[in-house]
Amino acid sequence: MSEAVIELNNLKKYFKINIGIKNKKAYVKAVDGVTLTINKGEIVGLVGESGSGKTTLARVLLNLTKPTDSHVVFNGVNLSKATSKEMKKFRTEVAVVFQDPASNLNPRDTVMNSIMRPMILHGISKKIAKQKAIDSLELVKMDSRYLNSYPHQLSGGQLQRIAIARALVLDPKVMILDEPTSALDISVQAQILNLLLDLQESLGLTYLVITHDLNVIRYISDRVAVMYLGKLVEFGPTKEIIENPKHPYTEGLMAASPILNPHDRDKEKYLMQGDPGSLINLPTGCHFHPRCPYYTERCQNEQPQNIILSNGHQVTCFKYELFGKNS
Amino acid sequence: MNDSPFKEFLNSCYKNRNFMLGFIMVLSVVIFAIFAKQIAPFSFDEAHPEDILVSPCVEYIFGTDNMGRDLFSRIIYGSRITLQVAILGAGLQLIFGVTIGLICGYFGGLADRCLTFMADLTWCIPGMIMALAVVTIIGTGLTNAIIAIAIVNWASYARLVRAKTMSIKNQAFIETGISFGEKPLAIMTRYILPNIVPVLIVTVSMQLPGTIMSTTTLSFLGVGSQPPTPDWGLMVSEGINFISRGPWLCIFPGLALVYTVFGFNILGEGLRDLLDPRMKSQ
Amino acid sequence: MSEELLKLNKLYVDYKVKEGYLSAVKKVSFSINKGEIFAIVGESGCGKSTIAHSILRLLPEHNEIIKGNIFFNGEDLHEYTDKQLESIRGREIGMIFQNPLDSLNPVYTTGFQVAEGIMLDNVSKQEAWNRVINLYNDVKMPDAEKRAKSFPHELSGGMRQRVMIAMMLSRTPQLLIADEPTTALDVTIEAQILNIIKTLRDEYNTAVMLITHNFGLVAEVADKVAVMYAGEVVEQGTVFDIFDNPKHPYTKLLMKSLPRKAKSEGRLQTINGSVPRLTENKPGCRFENRCPYVMDICKIKDTERRIVTESHFFNCHLEKGGE
Repeated sequence: MSEAVIELNNLKKYFKINIGIKNKKAYVKAVDGVTLTINKGEIVGLVGESGSGKTTLARVLLNLTKPTDSHVVFNGVNLSKATSKEMKKFRTEVAVVFQDPASNLNPRDTVMNSIMRPMILHGISKKIAKQKAIDSLELVKMDSRYLNSYPHQLSGGQLQRIAIARALVLDPKVMILDEPTSALDISVQAQILNLLLDLQESLGLTYLVITHDLNVIRYISDRVAVMYLGKLVEFGPTKEIIENPKHPYTEGLMAASPILNPHDRDKEKYLMQGDPGSLINLPTGCHFHPRCPYYTERCQNEQPQNIILSNGHQVTCFKYELFGKNS
Repeated sequence: MNDSPFKEFLNSCYKNRNFMLGFIMVLSVVIFAIFAKQIAPFSFDEAHPEDILVSPCVEYIFGTDNMGRDLFSRIIYGSRITLQVAILGAGLQLIFGVTIGLICGYFGGLADRCLTFMADLTWCIPGMIMALAVVTIIGTGLTNAIIAIAIVNWASYARLVRAKTMSIKNQAFIETGISFGEKPLAIMTRYILPNIVPVLIVTVSMQLPGTIMSTTTLSFLGVGSQPPTPDWGLMVSEGINFISRGPWLCIFPGLALVYTVFGFNILGEGLRDLLDPRMKSQ
Repeated sequence: MSEELLKLNKLYVDYKVKEGYLSAVKKVSFSINKGEIFAIVGESGCGKSTIAHSILRLLPEHNEIIKGNIFFNGEDLHEYTDKQLESIRGREIGMIFQNPLDSLNPVYTTGFQVAEGIMLDNVSKQEAWNRVINLYNDVKMPDAEKRAKSFPHELSGGMRQRVMIAMMLSRTPQLLIADEPTTALDVTIEAQILNIIKTLRDEYNTAVMLITHNFGLVAEVADKVAVMYAGEVVEQGTVFDIFDNPKHPYTKLLMKSLPRKAKSEGRLQTINGSVPRLTENKPGCRFENRCPYVMDICKIKDTERRIVTESHFFNCHLEKGGE
């Protein structure tokens, strides 16, 4: 049995907001009861449309914001109760790369300063830090002459490489990649994806890759989690999810994902209607029921439970109650 | 390829006419202040009882005042006072404004509400009246006048810094910083502050003329510098008594003031063109 | 044989920049027939949007030099005065952009904004409104009546893009230029919008010029494809030509760098190096510094057009393209 690095059990993150002039209080349930385990050395993809709460989940995982309910367990340590020493260790073991290459680095710092900063913060001497900065640039296949450049002088692909290099300098165990390639061109995207895979294999890293691009997910990840309006609707091995999606939402998402072969265009496909709802006016019952082709009256009134099908494939839908057992 | 932004900046400075003109004007004031002793023919308080209210001539190019002091020398020495006002005033306002703005913008919550309320409060009272009130409480004198003006003016810096901080703090590089363990103080000073420095420089040079004018006004009203300090505002105020017999007593200090303020003003405008992010499309 | 609607003949666009001139579009020629979906695909900065903007004269003023001809229905658009061009803009050629919020006026209801265009043709208010509702139904706007009375900020991104398409359709243009129409939208919404564009082409026989960086869209809807690299069209053909039988080394590599498989089936192909600076106007192939098949001639001589079939050609010194 593989060892769990990140464990979430019914994690919730709500934001309080005021609506209108009357200041009516309301909650945005950005993450609503997510249960998820990420094992050592695997790549988990997290897919969802905008507003599905996937970035909020990442921010909770990084402890940038406190969960409303439940907690993140990292390597067996409960982050809500971690001592400052444990917290410091956590900060070195989890790294992050965000989507926008341009804002990933401090525009006023040279590449060298940006890369060295995490090491200096964690008490590594300047000399060693500098050597490590050069090594890490080599790791992401970039020339060390860029060390004295400023972010605005570099291209998107280069900036993303540097962001990855910086994420690596503290020898993290886990990397959270929030849309790492969606701002890049196709040829650069391929470079970065390959680089990420090479690094993962040689350094034994664990990745959580957040993206809306199913083609990227299919290429890179071992397991896929699908989120819809704050809920995890399906989770399982990539092959299973891509070839045999169970949840009606995943099915629609797969069908909508751009085909990369024009011969497939005449294939009959199911076009999901409606817009991804908003987290503010959540539908009752199953959040997906207004767009679901199979919905029954029960979906409007009751929230479906997690159902475990075979080999780690879990789905949150009433359709499969007969096939699996409730978790 | 590896041109630092600073070098690029210097290059574009040469091409900006406003900036260069303003820079030269302000630089000349600075040179006057530093080498006042060498430039001025007399000391600022050296009286010549035999030459009272002499109109501008070869010996006294700007004439003399009612005590026979050389006006030109006094104006040269006065530039020291003005620069002192500019540096101290801007410094104080910046320290207040930036600290409070960063705290408000970064932490938000109750601290933000209280401090923003205070900033709003200072905007409700006309600046001059409030400054007069403050000086009345803490006593007259140039330093106190500068403090009073700072108490009136900090709010606009605080607001600016607060707004900028709030827009920068959600950027990816800040969140990445926190995620590898940066403390709030480091986030504010190492990440946020350097990114608002360009805006601050522009604002300072745009606000300086106002600060100089307000402090001068306090001196003019008699609650700022005290005689025999060669403060330009004070000199104008003293000269008013002799406006018909010696109009130069008001005109020349006034012109010196206009020159300095105008210099800072176009320097600010030039800097805004150079540093404003909207002009620098990448 | 279908009729030719838009024809570009050796179009050059140069931008004036600090260091001199930037050649954003170089020697681009193609034609779009009536009722055809023509995709221009390329990576950022390859000049695809510049082409669209130069057709409608929407480029920033006094900053560019355009050479070559743009024929629309056989007439040279360059000889049109600004006023004449205005009568074509929106009426004969419609354009939708990546971010529809920028194109809608926030203080009027969307229905009114669509009706406004219709009323220019001396149509009564009531009838214009009815047409708006019909158009909204055509673009599959849910709850058309209610949405016509909504303000832009009350609609989701997908609905706004529908409003833009409805607005364009109200004038029944012959050509719709869609510049990255779905880039800001979620995949499920993207699929809906593409479906609308396809149905509308079938119903109104509108030609569509689809500008995108996303090969998924191209595979999904395009009839013909022009692949651009650094301001030049490197290869052009039917969608099947390009996907099944790419010839130009760039297209070939690009096809292999699309993530269509899982990592267990092998790594993606990558293209090394980066796009050259387009300010140095030197002869030769612009892909030369990244091309795995580069020869000496590529650096000194402009490429030649190689015809594969009647519909398919590529620009390369290699007679057979990259193998």
